[in-house]
Amino acid sequence: MKRTSHRLALASGAVALALTLAACGGGDAGESSGGDESSASGSVAVDGSSTVYPMSVAAQELLSEENPDVQVTVGESGTGGGFEAFCAGDTDISDASRPIEEDEIAACEENGIEYTELQVATDALTMVVHPDLAVDCLTVDQIVDLWGPNATATNWNEIDPSFPDQEISFFGPGTDSGTYDYMAADVIGDESEATRKDYEASEDDNVLVQGVSGTEGATGYFGFTYYEQNADTLKALEIDNGEGCVAPSAETAQAGEYTPLARPLFIYVSNASYADNEAVKAYVDFYIENLADIAEIGQFIPLSDDLYSETQSNLEALGS
Amino acid sequence: MSVATTTAARTVKTTVATGKSRDRTTVSLVFLVALWFSLFFGVVVLLALIISTATKGAARFDMELLTNYTSLVSPETSGFRAGILGSLWLMLFTALFAVPLGIAAALYLEEFADSEKWWNRLIEVNLQNLAAVPSIVYGLLAVAVMALMGFSDSGTVLGGSVALALLILPVIIITTREAVRAVPREIRDGSLALGATVWQTTWKQTLPAAIPGIATGTILGLSRAIGEAAPLVIVGLAGSIRFDPEGLMSNATALPMQIYSLTSQSQEALRQAASAAIIVLLVMILGLNALAIFIRNKFQRSW
Repeated sequence: MKRTSHRLALASGAVALALTLAACGGGDAGESSGGDESSASGSVAVDGSSTVYPMSVAAQELLSEENPDVQVTVGESGTGGGFEAFCAGDTDISDASRPIEEDEIAACEENGIEYTELQVATDALTMVVHPDLAVDCLTVDQIVDLWGPNATATNWNEIDPSFPDQEISFFGPGTDSGTYDYMAADVIGDESEATRKDYEASEDDNVLVQGVSGTEGATGYFGFTYYEQNADTLKALEIDNGEGCVAPSAETAQAGEYTPLARPLFIYVSNASYADNEAVKAYVDFYIENLADIAEIGQFIPLSDDLYSETQSNLEALGS
Repeated sequence: MSVATTTAARTVKTTVATGKSRDRTTVSLVFLVALWFSLFFGVVVLLALIISTATKGAARFDMELLTNYTSLVSPETSGFRAGILGSLWLMLFTALFAVPLGIAAALYLEEFADSEKWWNRLIEVNLQNLAAVPSIVYGLLAVAVMALMGFSDSGTVLGGSVALALLILPVIIITTREAVRAVPREIRDGSLALGATVWQTTWKQTLPAAIPGIATGTILGLSRAIGEAAPLVIVGLAGSIRFDPEGLMSNATALPMQIYSLTSQSQEALRQAASAAIIVLLVMILGLNALAIFIRNKFQRSW
């Protein structure tokens, strides 16, 4: 008698779980039966840079509204981790915030993975200051003096004697954000992959804009597209990377002049997957076709017409 | 009972009955205050975390949170359908893999194994160690197990369940052994004296009597597994999926992974949704724990 009730308890628990799953699964069957005219179906595996992740997810989302039969999975194990899986043949597409490196090319060749590089957007940071501050241009070394992990400067004249005697207030994104990672790992490039810690941190770009525009002597950094929307209340600094001061703009970022605060973003598509898997073809074609919208959702600088037609012709070459 | 235990029992009885300790030295009072502080500290930190998360996500406690997929295009109606379903599938198969294996291993060690033999002792020591291994290591282990079994697809429900099952196996084995050990010797002796074999005794007497303890341990193990993200990242589960998992070989994501991925997004609405999802995950874990308590109370017997 006692034993029966034990079994009953376990069985009813299992049944409850199974019912939950069945109920959820059932709802889905009804929705997806109303599929549309585009016929492609199958699965696409995307992995790689967490910077490009929002774009690939946006493409996944927009495509799923048109064609729910293409099942896309998007991961964010980092550019390096993405290429590792890509060159082992585990994924169809690899997101990258830098071009593929020599050892990764070798790994791909070893496994016979042929790929095509498609630029999808440009990522740019902007250093901003309070509009009244008499500083216009920083060298990369001065950025490190301002933001590096060992930076101690608290007054602008410590950075350069010609700068005004004005206390600095620092505003920047929190350590979780991709913008912080870009600044710490790629611009400052210190091994610790960190910036200085004594700054006002916020994940909300609005807070940074208000902080910098409302505090004399304040400086901060965030994505270029966000600066563009708030250009009237902020002053963007020009950046000197050894070849004179360059102002941030979509043009200078895409031309590769606004270094190291701008970088191209790529997706790497496996040629074999594109040719053999109609789902991969559908996803990549959709991605490139709607690139401007997707870049906007990801808050990156969309490609210029020249760069876009280059990406398109690379895609055409891939398809032929 | 020895004198010491009777004295201790009497002291405890008076303490419980009056709510007062007869021990009134300064040291004992300081110790008592320290104990109170420890309790207070733990509870307050936990409460502060839950309350701040709940207020952050308060705006998003709606059905869309459960029924929609994650959305960057319209973050205000973003949901966690894929993660919730993925976590449920993972739990189902984790339980299917880990529970039979765990119970069988525990029964062997407790009822059949000769604890004098060095290899059995080695297994026991290693089990205790395994329970303390960082969860990310089980992800690597699961990748190796999957490769050995010949599965090449990464990021499937199968891979995730294997990783989580390996993770909670030591917990299940240890709690099952405790539960089996708590069954009085006399039950086994009585059964054996009536002519039952060791197998019959274990299957028909010891195991049923231990079920409340086993169920509690199993469910607590599962509620640990449901909150794990690290081993799932290693076996290649993706952060973003916009379809429902359909079975063992289907690609899936899990609620903790989606939370992790959304908290680093710059859009405020997405982080809000992530906070709400943390509360959903907490409710799922609390539900499992409540089930464990229910089963324990319902089926517990005393001898």
